[in-house]
Amino acid sequence: MNRWIEKQRHLIDFTANSLARRKARSLGLLVVYTLLVFVLASVSLYTHALRNEATRVLAGTPEIVLQRLIAGRHDLIPPGYMDSVGRLRGVQKIEGRLWGYYYDSVMKANYTFMVPTDRTVADGEIIVGPALERSRGLAAGNGISFRSYSGELHTFIITEVLPHESELVSADLVLMSEADFRRFFTYPEGQYTDIALWVANPREVRNVGLKLMEKLPDSRPILREEVLRTYASIFDWREGMMLALLSAAILAFGIFAWEKAAGLSAEEKREIGILKAIGWETGDVIAMKFWEGLLISLLAFLLGYVAAYIHVFHGNFALLQPVLKGWAVLYPSFSLTPKIDGLQVATLFLFTVLPYTAATLVPIWSAATTDPDTVMRG
Amino acid sequence: MLELANIRKAFNQGQHNEYWALKGIDIDIPPAQVNVLKGPSGSGKTTLLTILGCLARPTEGRVRLKGEDISGLPERFLTEIRRSTFGFIFQQFNLVRGLSAVENIILPGYPTGTPRGRLLERAEALLAEMQLSHRRDAKVEWLSGGEQQRVAICRALINDPEILIADEPTANLDSKLSAEFLVILQRLAAAGRTVILTSHDPLVVESDVVDRVYSLRDGQLIGVQDKAIA
Repeated sequence: MNRWIEKQRHLIDFTANSLARRKARSLGLLVVYTLLVFVLASVSLYTHALRNEATRVLAGTPEIVLQRLIAGRHDLIPPGYMDSVGRLRGVQKIEGRLWGYYYDSVMKANYTFMVPTDRTVADGEIIVGPALERSRGLAAGNGISFRSYSGELHTFIITEVLPHESELVSADLVLMSEADFRRFFTYPEGQYTDIALWVANPREVRNVGLKLMEKLPDSRPILREEVLRTYASIFDWREGMMLALLSAAILAFGIFAWEKAAGLSAEEKREIGILKAIGWETGDVIAMKFWEGLLISLLAFLLGYVAAYIHVFHGNFALLQPVLKGWAVLYPSFSLTPKIDGLQVATLFLFTVLPYTAATLVPIWSAATTDPDTVMRG
Repeated sequence: MLELANIRKAFNQGQHNEYWALKGIDIDIPPAQVNVLKGPSGSGKTTLLTILGCLARPTEGRVRLKGEDISGLPERFLTEIRRSTFGFIFQQFNLVRGLSAVENIILPGYPTGTPRGRLLERAEALLAEMQLSHRRDAKVEWLSGGEQQRVAICRALINDPEILIADEPTANLDSKLSAEFLVILQRLAAAGRTVILTSHDPLVVESDVVDRVYSLRDGQLIGVQDKAIA
């Protein structure tokens, strides 16, 4: 065993030395390979983190949101509608929600006006999201006027700005009292935008949804898990689009790396002949080349992955962000929570390190199995 | 020490350009002597040397090392024998460029798993023996022809082989360096090593250092001259 370890140490020594002797080639290969890992890892880390963020943010939202439909379109919940939902087994809490969109012609952006259910806002006051704070230069204590759709001007005092941590969903939010909301939008008394239902047991959510559809055929229950799935598929789709766009570059990188790894120079072939003639077995030569592939690809993988990590979590994904994040006038500015998924790392490892290591072994097989006497014949 | 019985070697066997390089050779190499295979180009000396050194297999015939038939052994075992029993010196020296003299010397020791410290110790001793210690860390491409050959000899001796094989070792050396090389061979034979070399250099063939000369022509052994008896 000790001899085996000692032998591998010798082979690694020799390999490291050969790489150092072919500096330009080794460095070129390392840079290209690192870039390849960097791009793939950046995309994968970013979409993974976005998905996590969405899950985290949606964790506090109700399990089911019930909307009323007329002619397939979303309509207001009329008075008494909530009572007809009645008591449903498994439902912990049921609440009517009030929210709507407001177009700000100054900023040319849409805000979401909402009446919070977990806190009270005094009449004449509002709480705004961080994007509003940034774009309109607002701070707590400032006043702001909005012209309602009926043409009236309403003035509010800002009492608070929502925390940045929740910016992914609260960037464009304006929270106000129920009375202000109804007055601003001339929203009919007793009516709501939709109904939120909290279900304690996650396995019951789907049943509750089905029961709601039976009881209120003109309604549409939206489950939180479905929202999450939609988010996930949007991110997956964007990730796929991006990888498709990048595929040509990735392929070019791949071909370059393959060619560099797979091609044996005349000098290398000569060296292999010498090594065989002085007593190296075919297996020793292959093991040496295996270490070469592994050293380069492991190093490139580590460098590429660390660079991608820094790019995504500390550099705000600057290089590829516009493609993956989507578009909005009021961009939520948020930093992602660093998270590494073992499976994701393993997949990337499998698709980068293994093919490269294999690529280095293929040509060596034929070179290593040639008869050692060829070296004698120059 | 090394016996060859009815050795025949064909290249491109079964094809239109089939060529028989050796046509039935019987040789018995005695231990601790300097043996020379001589003959003109195309006589089959290098082919015979590769078979003697287990670098190639004969198409027909038997090779016996210390009485044991090794001609049918699989490559793995043959490599093991080659590594432990033979040391090789090539015409072009075949040193690995970019590596220092000492790193070249210890290369054959790598597959044996011998600790680096011990390999280096042995390499230093060999370098000292060849009066080359001062060139220990020089890259081999910076060495002169004579120095390169001495490094090649050190490399051939690193695994302490019983048999030393050299193909046209003086082809790239001037007369002075060739004479120095022969002195080294004499020392090695005196230390109990068997030396087998090919050469058509009269300086080598006619040297007193050589014990036995095998003359080859057209793939056949045409004479053996035992200089010790003569």
